[in-house]
Amino acid sequence: MRMKKRTVALLCYLIFLLLPIYWLVNMSFKTTDEILSVFNLLPENFTWANYAMIFTDPSWYTGYINSMKYVALNTIISLTVALPAAYGFSRYNFLGDKHMFFWLLTNKMAPPAVFLLPFFNFYQTVGLFDTSIAVALAHCLFNVPLAVWILEGFMSGVPKEIDETAFIDGYSFPRFFTTIFIPLIRAGIGVTAFFCFMFSWVELLLARTLTAVNAKPIAATMTRTVSASGMDWGGLAAAGVLTMIPGAIVIWFVRNYMAKGFALGRV
Amino acid sequence: MCCLEGLWLGKPRFCASWPDLTGLPGGGVLMDGKDVTGMSVRQRSVAMVYQQFINYPSLSVYKNIASPLKIAGTAKDEIDRRVQEAARMLHIEHLLDRLPSELSGGQQQRCAIARALVKRVELLLLDEPLVNLDYKLREELREELQQIFERRESIVVYTTTEPTEALMLGGHIIVMHEGRILQHGPTAEVYLNPATTKVAEVFSDPPINFVPAKVENGTVRLGREQVIPQQGRLAGLEPGEYRFGVRSNRLFLGDDGVRTVRFDGPVGLSEINGSETFIHFTYEDVPLVAQEDGVHQRGVGDTVSVYLDPNDFYVFGASGELIVSPARAD
Repeated sequence: MRMKKRTVALLCYLIFLLLPIYWLVNMSFKTTDEILSVFNLLPENFTWANYAMIFTDPSWYTGYINSMKYVALNTIISLTVALPAAYGFSRYNFLGDKHMFFWLLTNKMAPPAVFLLPFFNFYQTVGLFDTSIAVALAHCLFNVPLAVWILEGFMSGVPKEIDETAFIDGYSFPRFFTTIFIPLIRAGIGVTAFFCFMFSWVELLLARTLTAVNAKPIAATMTRTVSASGMDWGGLAAAGVLTMIPGAIVIWFVRNYMAKGFALGRV
Repeated sequence: MCCLEGLWLGKPRFCASWPDLTGLPGGGVLMDGKDVTGMSVRQRSVAMVYQQFINYPSLSVYKNIASPLKIAGTAKDEIDRRVQEAARMLHIEHLLDRLPSELSGGQQQRCAIARALVKRVELLLLDEPLVNLDYKLREELREELQQIFERRESIVVYTTTEPTEALMLGGHIIVMHEGRILQHGPTAEVYLNPATTKVAEVFSDPPINFVPAKVENGTVRLGREQVIPQQGRLAGLEPGEYRFGVRSNRLFLGDDGVRTVRFDGPVGLSEINGSETFIHFTYEDVPLVAQEDGVHQRGVGDTVSVYLDPNDFYVFGASGELIVSPARAD
Protein backbone atom coordinates (compact mmCIF):
# COMPACT_ATOMS: atom_id res chain seq x y z
CA MET A 1 0.00 0.00 0.00
CA ARG A 2 2.72 2.39 1.03
CA MET A 3 4.65 1.52 -2.07
CA LYS A 4 1.64 2.43 -4.17
CA LYS A 5 1.17 5.84 -2.55
CA ARG A 6 4.74 6.61 -3.27
CA THR A 7 4.40 5.57 -6.88
CA VAL A 8 1.33 7.73 -7.32
CA ALA A 9 3.09 10.73 -5.82
CA LEU A 10 6.06 10.20 -8.06
CA LEU A 11 3.86 9.87 -11.12
CA CYS A 12 2.06 13.11 -10.26
CA TYR A 13 5.38 14.85 -9.87
CA LEU A 14 6.56 13.53 -13.19
CA ILE A 15 3.40 14.58 -14.96
CA PHE A 16 3.61 18.13 -13.58
CA LEU A 17 7.25 18.28 -14.53
CA LEU A 18 6.80 17.01 -18.03
CA LEU A 19 3.53 18.77 -18.82
CA PRO A 20 5.06 21.94 -20.29
CA ILE A 21 7.54 19.93 -22.29
CA TYR A 22 4.82 17.63 -23.50
CA TRP A 23 2.70 20.61 -24.48
CA LEU A 24 5.60 22.14 -26.38
CA VAL A 25 6.23 18.94 -28.32
CA ASN A 26 2.52 18.59 -28.93
CA MET A 27 2.30 22.12 -30.31
CA SER A 28 5.30 21.66 -32.54
CA PHE A 29 3.43 19.01 -34.54
CA LYS A 30 0.29 21.11 -35.04
CA THR A 31 -0.47 23.88 -37.46
CA THR A 32 -0.78 27.36 -36.03
CA ASP A 33 -4.47 27.37 -36.85
CA GLU A 34 -5.05 24.22 -34.85
CA ILE A 35 -3.10 25.54 -31.90
CA LEU A 36 -5.24 28.64 -31.78
CA SER A 37 -8.62 27.02 -32.46
CA VAL A 38 -9.02 23.73 -30.58
CA PHE A 39 -7.83 22.19 -27.34
CA ASN A 40 -6.57 18.66 -27.90
CA LEU A 41 -3.96 16.46 -26.27
CA LEU A 42 -2.73 15.00 -29.55
CA PRO A 43 -2.38 16.81 -32.86
CA GLU A 44 -5.37 16.28 -35.15
CA ASN A 45 -3.46 16.97 -38.34
CA PHE A 46 0.01 15.70 -37.51
CA THR A 47 2.59 17.76 -39.43
CA TRP A 48 6.33 18.06 -39.82
CA ALA A 49 5.93 21.37 -41.58
CA ASN A 50 7.14 23.43 -38.63
CA TYR A 51 10.43 21.51 -38.46
CA ALA A 52 10.82 21.59 -42.21
CA MET A 53 10.38 25.33 -42.08
CA ILE A 54 13.13 25.74 -39.50
CA PHE A 55 15.61 23.59 -41.38
CA THR A 56 14.99 25.34 -44.68
CA ASP A 57 14.59 28.97 -43.63
CA PRO A 58 18.05 30.52 -43.15
CA SER A 59 16.72 33.13 -40.73
CA TRP A 60 15.83 30.22 -38.42
CA TYR A 61 18.69 27.77 -38.82
CA THR A 62 21.45 30.35 -38.79
CA GLY A 63 20.24 31.11 -35.28
CA TYR A 64 21.24 27.62 -34.26
CA ILE A 65 24.54 27.85 -36.05
CA ASN A 66 25.32 31.17 -34.39
CA SER A 67 24.40 29.85 -30.96
CA MET A 68 26.51 26.76 -31.36
CA LYS A 69 29.42 28.83 -32.60
CA TYR A 70 29.65 31.06 -29.59
CA VAL A 71 28.81 28.28 -27.16
CA ALA A 72 31.63 26.13 -28.55
CA LEU A 73 34.02 29.08 -28.55
CA ASN A 74 33.09 29.95 -25.02
CA THR A 75 33.52 26.38 -23.77
CA ILE A 76 36.94 26.10 -25.38
CA ILE A 77 38.14 29.46 -24.09
CA SER A 78 36.78 28.85 -20.59
CA LEU A 79 38.48 25.46 -20.33
CA THR A 80 41.82 26.62 -21.71
CA VAL A 81 41.93 29.51 -19.30
CA ALA A 82 40.49 27.71 -16.30
CA LEU A 83 42.67 24.58 -16.44
CA PRO A 84 45.97 26.29 -15.56
CA ALA A 85 44.23 28.64 -13.12
CA ALA A 86 42.58 25.78 -11.28
CA TYR A 87 45.90 23.91 -11.17
CA GLY A 88 47.51 26.96 -9.60
CA PHE A 89 44.80 27.29 -6.99
CA SER A 90 44.85 23.61 -6.12
CA ARG A 91 48.63 23.13 -5.95
CA TYR A 92 50.26 26.35 -4.81
CA ASN A 93 49.92 28.74 -1.93
CA PHE A 94 50.39 32.35 -2.78
CA LEU A 95 49.54 35.67 -1.21
CA GLY A 96 45.79 36.17 -1.16
CA ASP A 97 45.00 32.90 -2.91
CA LYS A 98 41.97 32.18 -0.75
CA HIS A 99 40.53 35.66 -1.22
CA MET A 100 41.13 35.60 -4.91
CA PHE A 101 39.49 32.21 -5.20
CA PHE A 102 36.41 33.50 -3.43
CA TRP A 103 36.42 36.72 -5.40
CA LEU A 104 36.19 34.63 -8.55
CA LEU A 105 32.87 33.30 -7.40
CA THR A 106 31.50 36.73 -6.59
CA ASN A 107 31.62 37.41 -10.32
CA LYS A 108 28.77 34.98 -10.61
CA MET A 109 26.74 36.88 -8.06
CA ALA A 110 26.21 39.96 -10.20
CA PRO A 111 23.28 39.76 -12.61
CA PRO A 112 24.39 39.74 -16.25
CA ALA A 113 22.37 42.89 -16.85
CA VAL A 114 24.93 44.82 -14.80
CA PHE A 115 27.56 44.10 -17.43
CA LEU A 116 25.32 44.78 -20.35
CA LEU A 117 26.06 48.42 -20.80
CA PRO A 118 29.85 48.25 -20.51
CA PHE A 119 30.03 45.28 -22.85
CA PHE A 120 27.74 46.90 -25.38
CA ASN A 121 29.61 50.15 -25.43
CA PHE A 122 33.04 48.54 -25.37
CA TYR A 123 32.33 46.08 -28.16
CA GLN A 124 30.97 48.81 -30.37
CA THR A 125 34.11 50.83 -29.80
CA VAL A 126 36.52 48.02 -30.63
CA GLY A 127 34.38 46.67 -33.45
CA LEU A 128 33.49 43.35 -31.89
CA PHE A 129 29.77 44.06 -31.87
CA ASP A 130 27.65 41.39 -33.56
CA THR A 131 30.36 38.71 -33.67
CA SER A 132 30.36 35.23 -32.12
CA ILE A 133 33.59 35.86 -30.26
CA ALA A 134 32.00 38.87 -28.57
CA VAL A 135 29.29 36.77 -27.00
CA ALA A 136 31.75 33.99 -26.18
CA LEU A 137 34.03 36.42 -24.36
CA ALA A 138 31.16 38.04 -22.51
CA HIS A 139 30.02 34.66 -21.25
CA CYS A 140 33.55 33.91 -20.07
CA LEU A 141 32.98 36.47 -17.36
CA PHE A 142 30.62 34.00 -15.72
CA ASN A 143 31.92 30.71 -17.01
CA VAL A 144 35.63 31.04 -16.24
CA PRO A 145 35.11 31.48 -12.48
CA LEU A 146 32.69 28.60 -12.42
CA ALA A 147 35.06 26.45 -14.42
CA VAL A 148 37.96 27.30 -12.11
CA TRP A 149 35.87 26.33 -9.10
CA ILE A 150 34.72 23.03 -10.50
CA LEU A 151 38.13 22.06 -11.89
CA GLU A 152 39.89 23.04 -8.68
CA GLY A 153 37.67 20.61 -6.80
CA PHE A 154 38.47 17.78 -9.15
CA MET A 155 42.19 18.59 -9.19
CA SER A 156 42.41 18.69 -5.42
CA GLY A 157 41.09 15.14 -5.46
CA VAL A 158 44.27 14.04 -7.23
CA PRO A 159 47.10 13.46 -4.74
CA LYS A 160 49.92 15.93 -5.02
CA GLU A 161 52.33 13.00 -4.87
CA ILE A 162 51.40 12.10 -8.44
CA ASP A 163 52.77 15.45 -9.57
CA GLU A 164 55.92 14.97 -7.53
CA THR A 165 56.45 11.44 -8.78
CA ALA A 166 56.08 12.62 -12.34
CA PHE A 167 58.64 15.38 -11.87
CA ILE A 168 61.03 12.94 -10.16
CA ASP A 169 60.49 10.56 -13.07
CA GLY A 170 61.62 13.35 -15.35
CA TYR A 171 58.38 14.62 -16.83
CA SER A 172 58.39 18.24 -17.92
CA PHE A 173 55.41 20.22 -16.73
CA PRO A 174 53.56 20.46 -20.06
CA ARG A 175 54.10 16.79 -20.74
CA PHE A 176 52.93 15.80 -17.28
CA PHE A 177 49.91 18.07 -17.51
CA THR A 178 48.73 16.77 -20.86
CA THR A 179 49.60 13.08 -20.62
CA ILE A 180 49.10 12.31 -16.94
CA PHE A 181 47.06 15.00 -15.27
CA ILE A 182 44.35 15.76 -17.80
CA PRO A 183 43.35 12.10 -18.20
CA LEU A 184 43.00 11.98 -14.41
CA ILE A 185 40.42 14.75 -14.31
CA ARG A 186 38.61 13.78 -17.49
CA ALA A 187 35.30 13.63 -15.66
CA GLY A 188 35.86 17.08 -14.22
CA ILE A 189 36.61 18.52 -17.61
CA GLY A 190 33.46 16.93 -19.00
CA VAL A 191 31.33 18.35 -16.23
CA THR A 192 32.92 21.77 -16.56
CA ALA A 193 32.34 21.78 -20.29
CA PHE A 194 28.75 20.85 -19.63
CA PHE A 195 28.23 23.73 -17.21
CA CYS A 196 29.85 26.21 -19.58
CA PHE A 197 27.75 24.89 -22.41
CA MET A 198 24.56 25.09 -20.40
CA PHE A 199 25.06 28.62 -19.19
CA SER A 200 26.08 29.89 -22.55
CA TRP A 201 23.31 28.06 -24.36
CA VAL A 202 20.46 29.37 -22.21
CA GLU A 203 21.77 32.87 -21.61
CA LEU A 204 19.62 35.32 -23.53
CA LEU A 205 20.24 38.83 -22.31
CA LEU A 206 23.90 39.29 -23.22
CA ALA A 207 23.62 37.18 -26.34
CA ARG A 208 20.73 39.20 -27.66
CA THR A 209 22.07 42.63 -26.82
CA LEU A 210 25.56 42.08 -28.14
CA THR A 211 24.38 40.81 -31.52
CA ALA A 212 22.25 42.28 -34.28
CA VAL A 213 22.14 40.26 -37.48
CA ASN A 214 25.27 38.26 -38.22
CA ALA A 215 25.63 36.50 -34.89
CA LYS A 216 22.04 36.48 -33.74
CA PRO A 217 21.46 33.44 -31.48
CA ILE A 218 18.43 31.17 -31.72
CA ALA A 219 16.98 32.42 -28.45
CA ALA A 220 16.91 35.91 -29.88
CA THR A 221 15.37 34.69 -33.11
CA MET A 222 12.63 33.03 -31.13
CA THR A 223 11.65 36.25 -29.41
CA ARG A 224 11.27 38.08 -32.72
CA THR A 225 8.85 35.95 -34.68
CA VAL A 226 5.91 38.25 -34.89
CA SER A 227 5.17 38.55 -38.59
CA ALA A 228 2.43 40.25 -40.56
CA SER A 229 0.23 37.19 -40.14
CA GLY A 230 0.67 37.18 -36.37
CA MET A 231 2.73 34.80 -34.20
CA ASP A 232 4.00 31.62 -35.81
CA TRP A 233 3.12 29.42 -32.84
CA GLY A 234 3.90 26.13 -34.52
CA GLY A 235 7.30 27.24 -35.75
CA LEU A 236 8.11 28.67 -32.35
CA ALA A 237 7.23 25.41 -30.64
CA ALA A 238 9.38 23.42 -33.04
CA ALA A 239 12.28 25.81 -32.43
CA GLY A 240 11.80 25.35 -28.71
CA VAL A 241 11.99 21.57 -29.01
CA LEU A 242 15.14 21.81 -31.13
CA THR A 243 16.71 24.14 -28.55
CA MET A 244 16.30 21.57 -25.81
CA ILE A 245 17.87 18.73 -27.75
CA PRO A 246 21.56 19.76 -27.58
CA GLY A 247 21.28 20.25 -23.82
CA ALA A 248 19.71 16.83 -23.42
CA ILE A 249 22.49 15.23 -25.47
CA VAL A 250 25.22 16.87 -23.42
CA ILE A 251 23.54 15.89 -20.16
CA TRP A 252 23.49 12.29 -21.38
CA PHE A 253 27.26 12.29 -21.71
CA VAL A 254 28.02 13.65 -18.25
CA ARG A 255 25.05 12.14 -16.40
CA ASN A 256 27.27 10.10 -14.07
CA TYR A 257 29.32 13.07 -12.93
CA MET A 258 26.57 15.69 -12.63
CA ALA A 259 26.18 15.46 -8.86
CA LYS A 260 29.91 15.85 -8.38
CA GLY A 261 29.87 18.84 -10.69
CA PHE A 262 27.09 20.56 -8.78
CA ALA A 263 29.15 20.08 -5.64
CA LEU A 264 32.00 21.81 -7.51
CA GLY A 265 33.96 18.57 -7.54
CA ARG A 266 34.10 18.37 -3.76
CA VAL A 267 32.38 15.11 -2.94
CA MET B 1 70.17 3.87 5.44
CA CYS B 2 67.02 3.74 7.43
CA CYS B 3 65.33 6.73 8.95
CA LEU B 4 63.21 6.13 12.00
CA GLU B 5 61.05 8.80 13.39
CA GLY B 6 58.86 8.96 16.45
CA LEU B 7 56.49 11.60 15.26
CA TRP B 8 54.92 12.00 11.86
CA LEU B 9 56.15 15.55 11.76
CA GLY B 10 59.11 16.21 9.55
CA LYS B 11 59.64 12.86 7.95
CA PRO B 12 57.93 13.49 4.62
CA ARG B 13 59.58 16.86 4.59
CA PHE B 14 62.94 15.27 5.25
CA CYS B 15 62.38 13.00 2.28
CA ALA B 16 61.06 15.77 0.09
CA SER B 17 64.10 17.90 0.75
CA TRP B 18 66.41 15.47 -1.07
CA PRO B 19 64.81 15.93 -4.43
CA ASP B 20 63.93 19.49 -3.31
CA LEU B 21 60.21 19.20 -3.93
CA THR B 22 58.98 21.60 -1.35
CA GLY B 23 61.85 24.03 -1.09
CA LEU B 24 64.30 23.98 1.78
CA PRO B 25 63.78 25.96 4.94
CA GLY B 26 67.51 26.65 4.88
CA GLY B 27 70.85 25.02 4.16
CA GLY B 28 71.56 22.98 1.08
CA VAL B 29 71.77 19.50 -0.32
CA LEU B 30 75.02 17.83 -1.30
CA MET B 31 75.03 14.71 -3.40
CA ASP B 32 78.25 12.85 -4.03
CA GLY B 33 80.10 16.00 -3.01
CA LYS B 34 78.21 18.08 -5.56
CA ASP B 35 75.96 20.88 -4.40
CA VAL B 36 72.58 20.12 -5.97
CA THR B 37 70.61 22.77 -4.09
CA GLY B 38 68.27 24.50 -6.46
CA MET B 39 68.94 22.01 -9.25
CA SER B 40 65.78 20.90 -10.99
CA VAL B 41 64.46 17.62 -9.66
CA ARG B 42 64.38 16.28 -13.20
CA GLN B 43 68.15 16.46 -13.41
CA ARG B 44 68.80 14.70 -10.13
CA SER B 45 69.32 11.01 -9.95
CA VAL B 46 66.52 10.38 -7.47
CA ALA B 47 63.51 8.11 -7.22
CA MET B 48 60.84 8.11 -4.59
CA VAL B 49 58.17 5.75 -3.31
CA TYR B 50 55.37 7.16 -1.21
CA GLN B 51 53.28 5.81 1.59
CA GLN B 52 50.19 6.11 -0.62
CA PHE B 53 50.29 3.91 -3.69
CA ILE B 54 51.20 6.46 -6.33
CA ASN B 55 50.99 5.26 -9.91
CA TYR B 56 49.78 6.95 -13.06
CA PRO B 57 46.18 5.71 -13.10
CA SER B 58 45.68 6.17 -16.82
CA LEU B 59 48.72 4.07 -17.80
CA SER B 60 49.06 0.31 -17.66
CA VAL B 61 51.51 -1.24 -15.23
CA TYR B 62 54.00 -1.76 -18.03
CA LYS B 63 53.78 1.87 -19.13
CA ASN B 64 53.96 3.00 -15.53
CA ILE B 65 57.23 1.20 -14.98
CA ALA B 66 58.54 2.24 -18.38
CA SER B 67 57.64 5.91 -18.03
CA PRO B 68 60.86 7.20 -16.41
CA LEU B 69 62.92 5.38 -19.06
CA LYS B 70 60.74 6.61 -21.88
CA ILE B 71 61.11 10.19 -20.71
CA ALA B 72 64.87 9.71 -20.53
CA GLY B 73 64.83 8.53 -24.14
CA THR B 74 66.05 5.00 -23.55
CA ALA B 75 65.94 2.65 -26.53
CA LYS B 76 62.83 0.53 -26.88
CA ASP B 77 64.35 -2.92 -26.40
CA GLU B 78 66.39 -1.66 -23.45
CA ILE B 79 63.19 -0.30 -21.86
CA ASP B 80 61.50 -3.62 -22.39
CA ARG B 81 64.40 -5.55 -20.89
CA ARG B 82 64.58 -3.38 -17.81
CA VAL B 83 60.83 -3.26 -17.25
CA GLN B 84 60.66 -7.04 -17.45
CA GLU B 85 63.58 -7.33 -15.06
CA ALA B 86 62.04 -4.95 -12.49
CA ALA B 87 58.65 -6.63 -12.83
CA ARG B 88 60.22 -10.03 -12.28
CA MET B 89 62.05 -8.77 -9.23
CA LEU B 90 58.78 -7.58 -7.70
CA HIS B 91 56.70 -10.51 -8.95
CA ILE B 92 54.28 -8.47 -11.04
CA GLU B 93 55.30 -9.75 -14.48
CA HIS B 94 51.84 -11.28 -14.99
CA LEU B 95 50.11 -7.96 -14.26
CA LEU B 96 51.87 -5.75 -16.80
CA ASP B 97 48.80 -5.22 -18.98
CA ARG B 98 46.52 -4.13 -16.17
CA LEU B 99 45.71 -0.66 -14.97
CA PRO B 100 46.80 0.26 -11.44
CA SER B 101 43.17 0.49 -10.33
CA GLU B 102 42.76 -3.20 -11.15
CA LEU B 103 45.48 -4.21 -8.71
CA SER B 104 45.41 -4.90 -5.00
CA GLY B 105 47.15 -2.50 -2.65
CA GLY B 106 50.25 -4.65 -2.39
CA GLN B 107 50.52 -5.00 -6.15
CA GLN B 108 50.08 -1.27 -6.61
CA GLN B 109 52.93 -0.59 -4.25
CA ARG B 110 55.03 -3.20 -6.04
CA CYS B 111 54.37 -1.34 -9.25
CA ALA B 112 55.44 1.94 -7.65
CA ILE B 113 58.62 0.35 -6.31
CA ALA B 114 59.39 -1.21 -9.69
CA ARG B 115 59.07 2.22 -11.30
CA ALA B 116 61.50 3.63 -8.75
CA LEU B 117 63.98 0.79 -9.28
CA VAL B 118 63.95 0.80 -13.04
CA LYS B 119 65.69 4.17 -13.23
CA ARG B 120 68.83 2.89 -11.46
CA VAL B 121 69.19 6.10 -9.53
CA GLU B 122 71.89 7.07 -7.08
CA LEU B 123 69.38 7.83 -4.38
CA LEU B 124 66.20 5.91 -3.71
CA LEU B 125 63.77 7.40 -1.20
CA LEU B 126 61.06 5.31 0.40
CA ASP B 127 58.67 7.22 2.61
CA GLU B 128 57.00 4.58 4.79
CA PRO B 129 56.30 2.43 1.76
CA LEU B 130 54.68 -0.43 3.64
CA VAL B 131 52.54 1.42 6.12
CA ASN B 132 49.31 1.19 4.13
CA LEU B 133 49.61 -2.53 3.53
CA ASP B 134 48.11 -5.22 5.68
CA TYR B 135 50.28 -7.18 8.02
CA LYS B 136 51.03 -10.26 5.93
CA LEU B 137 51.83 -8.30 2.80
CA ARG B 138 54.02 -5.95 4.76
CA GLU B 139 56.10 -8.82 6.12
CA GLU B 140 56.39 -10.37 2.69
CA LEU B 141 57.36 -7.19 0.88
CA ARG B 142 59.78 -6.15 3.61
CA GLU B 143 61.77 -9.32 3.20
CA GLU B 144 61.85 -8.94 -0.56
CA LEU B 145 62.84 -5.29 -0.33
CA GLN B 146 65.72 -6.17 1.91
CA GLN B 147 67.07 -8.59 -0.69
CA ILE B 148 66.53 -6.12 -3.51
CA PHE B 149 68.33 -3.33 -1.67
CA GLU B 150 71.28 -5.54 -0.86
CA ARG B 151 71.90 -6.20 -4.53
CA ARG B 152 71.88 -2.54 -5.46
CA GLU B 153 74.62 0.02 -5.28
CA SER B 154 72.43 3.06 -4.82
CA ILE B 155 71.77 4.70 -1.50
CA VAL B 156 68.38 3.79 -0.14
CA VAL B 157 66.67 6.06 2.38
CA TYR B 158 63.80 4.29 4.03
CA THR B 159 61.64 6.09 6.54
CA THR B 160 59.50 4.29 9.06
CA THR B 161 57.88 4.70 12.44
CA GLU B 162 58.36 1.04 13.30
CA PRO B 163 61.47 0.07 15.24
CA THR B 164 61.10 -3.55 14.14
CA GLU B 165 61.16 -2.54 10.51
CA ALA B 166 64.29 -0.47 11.06
CA LEU B 167 66.01 -3.37 12.82
CA MET B 168 65.13 -5.81 10.07
CA LEU B 169 66.51 -3.58 7.34
CA GLY B 170 69.72 -2.92 9.22
CA GLY B 171 72.29 -0.61 7.66
CA HIS B 172 72.61 2.88 9.04
CA ILE B 173 69.92 4.67 10.93
CA ILE B 174 68.97 8.24 11.63
CA VAL B 175 66.59 8.62 14.55
CA MET B 176 64.45 11.71 14.21
CA HIS B 177 61.92 13.39 16.42
CA GLU B 178 59.90 16.47 15.54
CA GLY B 179 62.12 17.19 12.56
CA ARG B 180 65.40 16.97 14.44
CA ILE B 181 68.06 14.32 14.13
CA LEU B 182 68.58 12.73 17.53
CA GLN B 183 71.15 10.09 16.75
CA HIS B 184 72.65 8.30 13.78
CA GLY B 185 74.88 5.30 13.31
CA PRO B 186 74.76 1.59 12.49
CA THR B 187 71.26 0.37 13.31
CA ALA B 188 72.12 -2.34 15.83
CA GLU B 189 74.58 -0.02 17.54
CA VAL B 190 71.94 2.70 17.97
CA TYR B 191 69.40 0.16 19.16
CA LEU B 192 71.73 -1.15 21.83
CA ASN B 193 73.05 2.23 22.90
CA PRO B 194 70.36 4.86 22.53
CA ALA B 195 72.06 8.14 23.33
CA THR B 196 69.09 9.72 25.08
CA THR B 197 65.78 8.74 26.63
CA LYS B 198 64.04 10.15 23.55
CA VAL B 199 65.96 7.85 21.22
CA ALA B 200 65.20 4.91 23.49
CA GLU B 201 61.52 5.83 23.38
CA VAL B 202 61.40 6.20 19.61
CA PHE B 203 63.44 3.09 18.99
CA SER B 204 61.47 0.66 21.15
CA ASP B 205 58.24 -1.12 20.48
CA PRO B 206 56.43 -1.48 22.83
CA PRO B 207 57.75 1.73 24.40
CA ILE B 208 60.71 1.39 26.72
CA ASN B 209 59.86 1.39 30.44
CA PHE B 210 61.25 4.11 32.64
CA VAL B 211 61.48 3.95 36.40
CA PRO B 212 62.72 6.91 38.46
CA ALA B 213 65.75 5.92 40.53
CA LYS B 214 67.89 7.48 43.20
CA VAL B 215 71.44 6.43 44.05
CA GLU B 216 72.56 7.05 47.64
CA ASN B 217 74.82 5.34 50.20
CA GLY B 218 75.68 2.38 47.99
CA THR B 219 72.07 1.57 47.29
CA VAL B 220 69.67 2.26 44.46
CA ARG B 221 66.10 3.20 45.29
CA LEU B 222 63.72 2.25 42.45
CA GLY B 223 60.53 4.23 42.57
CA ARG B 224 59.47 4.81 46.17
CA GLU B 225 59.81 1.50 47.92
CA GLN B 226 62.26 -0.89 46.36
CA VAL B 227 65.92 -0.64 47.35
CA ILE B 228 68.61 -2.75 45.67
CA PRO B 229 72.34 -2.81 46.36
CA GLN B 230 74.50 -0.71 44.02
CA GLN B 231 76.60 -3.36 42.29
CA GLY B 232 77.41 -4.81 38.87
CA ARG B 233 77.04 -2.23 36.10
CA LEU B 234 75.42 0.18 38.52
CA ALA B 235 78.49 0.27 40.74
CA GLY B 236 80.05 3.32 39.09
CA LEU B 237 77.10 5.63 39.47
CA GLU B 238 77.51 8.87 41.41
CA PRO B 239 74.84 9.57 44.02
CA GLY B 240 71.89 11.45 42.49
CA GLU B 241 68.65 11.15 40.53
CA TYR B 242 68.46 8.94 37.44
CA ARG B 243 65.97 7.41 35.09
CA PHE B 244 66.33 3.69 34.66
CA GLY B 245 65.10 2.28 31.38
CA VAL B 246 64.39 -1.30 30.43
CA ARG B 247 62.87 -2.72 27.29
CA SER B 248 59.82 -4.91 27.77
CA ASN B 249 61.60 -8.02 26.45
CA ARG B 250 64.01 -7.90 29.43
CA LEU B 251 61.16 -8.05 31.92
CA PHE B 252 60.30 -11.62 32.90
CA LEU B 253 57.47 -13.21 34.78
CA GLY B 254 59.71 -15.79 36.41
CA ASP B 255 62.60 -15.40 38.83
CA ASP B 256 65.81 -17.24 37.86
CA GLY B 257 68.09 -16.10 40.68
CA VAL B 258 69.91 -13.19 39.00
CA ARG B 259 66.72 -11.25 38.50
CA THR B 260 66.77 -9.51 41.79
CA VAL B 261 64.53 -6.59 40.89
CA ARG B 262 60.86 -7.26 41.25
CA PHE B 263 57.93 -5.10 40.16
CA ASP B 264 54.44 -5.97 41.37
CA GLY B 265 51.36 -4.29 40.09
CA PRO B 266 47.84 -4.60 38.78
CA VAL B 267 47.37 -5.49 35.11
CA GLY B 268 45.77 -2.71 33.06
CA LEU B 269 45.69 -4.45 29.74
CA SER B 270 47.08 -7.58 28.22
CA GLU B 271 47.64 -7.51 24.48
CA ILE B 272 48.21 -10.67 22.53
CA ASN B 273 50.43 -9.98 19.56
CA GLY B 274 51.07 -13.09 17.51
CA SER B 275 53.36 -15.28 19.59
CA GLU B 276 53.82 -12.80 22.45
CA THR B 277 51.67 -11.23 25.10
CA PHE B 278 52.31 -7.66 26.20
CA ILE B 279 51.25 -7.06 29.78
CA HIS B 280 50.62 -3.44 30.66
CA PHE B 281 50.67 -2.91 34.41
CA THR B 282 51.46 -0.18 36.87
CA TYR B 283 54.12 -0.22 39.53
CA GLU B 284 53.73 2.64 42.02
CA ASP B 285 51.79 4.67 39.44
CA VAL B 286 54.52 4.14 36.84
CA PRO B 287 53.09 2.44 33.73
CA LEU B 288 55.23 -0.52 32.62
CA VAL B 289 55.00 -3.07 29.82
CA ALA B 290 56.36 -6.59 30.05
CA GLN B 291 56.62 -9.01 27.18
CA GLU B 292 55.75 -12.63 27.80
CA ASP B 293 56.35 -15.47 25.36
CA GLY B 294 53.27 -17.37 24.30
CA VAL B 295 49.63 -16.46 24.44
CA HIS B 296 48.22 -15.85 27.90
CA GLN B 297 44.91 -14.47 28.99
CA ARG B 298 45.09 -12.16 31.97
CA GLY B 299 42.24 -10.35 33.63
CA VAL B 300 42.32 -6.62 34.21
CA GLY B 301 43.29 -5.91 37.82
CA ASP B 302 45.13 -9.22 38.45
CA THR B 303 48.42 -8.66 40.17
CA VAL B 304 51.57 -9.71 38.31
CA SER B 305 55.12 -9.99 39.56
CA VAL B 306 57.77 -9.13 37.03
CA TYR B 307 61.48 -9.77 37.53
CA LEU B 308 64.57 -8.43 35.92
CA ASP B 309 68.31 -8.48 36.19
CA PRO B 310 69.55 -5.07 37.44
CA ASN B 311 72.36 -5.37 34.87
CA ASP B 312 69.74 -5.04 32.12
CA PHE B 313 68.97 -1.46 33.10
CA TYR B 314 69.79 1.44 30.84
CA VAL B 315 70.74 4.29 33.09
CA PHE B 316 69.94 7.79 31.89
CA GLY B 317 70.96 10.98 33.66
CA ALA B 318 68.55 13.62 34.85
CA SER B 319 68.77 15.45 31.50
CA GLY B 320 68.20 12.25 29.53
CA GLU B 321 71.74 11.28 28.42
CA LEU B 322 72.80 7.62 28.45
CA ILE B 323 75.23 6.79 31.25
CA VAL B 324 75.19 3.00 31.53
CA SER B 325 74.10 0.58 28.86
CA PRO B 326 73.69 -3.17 29.14
CA ALA B 327 75.18 -3.13 25.59
CA ARG B 328 74.79 -6.69 24.55
CA ALA B 329 72.78 -8.17 21.82
CA ASP B 330 69.43 -9.44 22.91
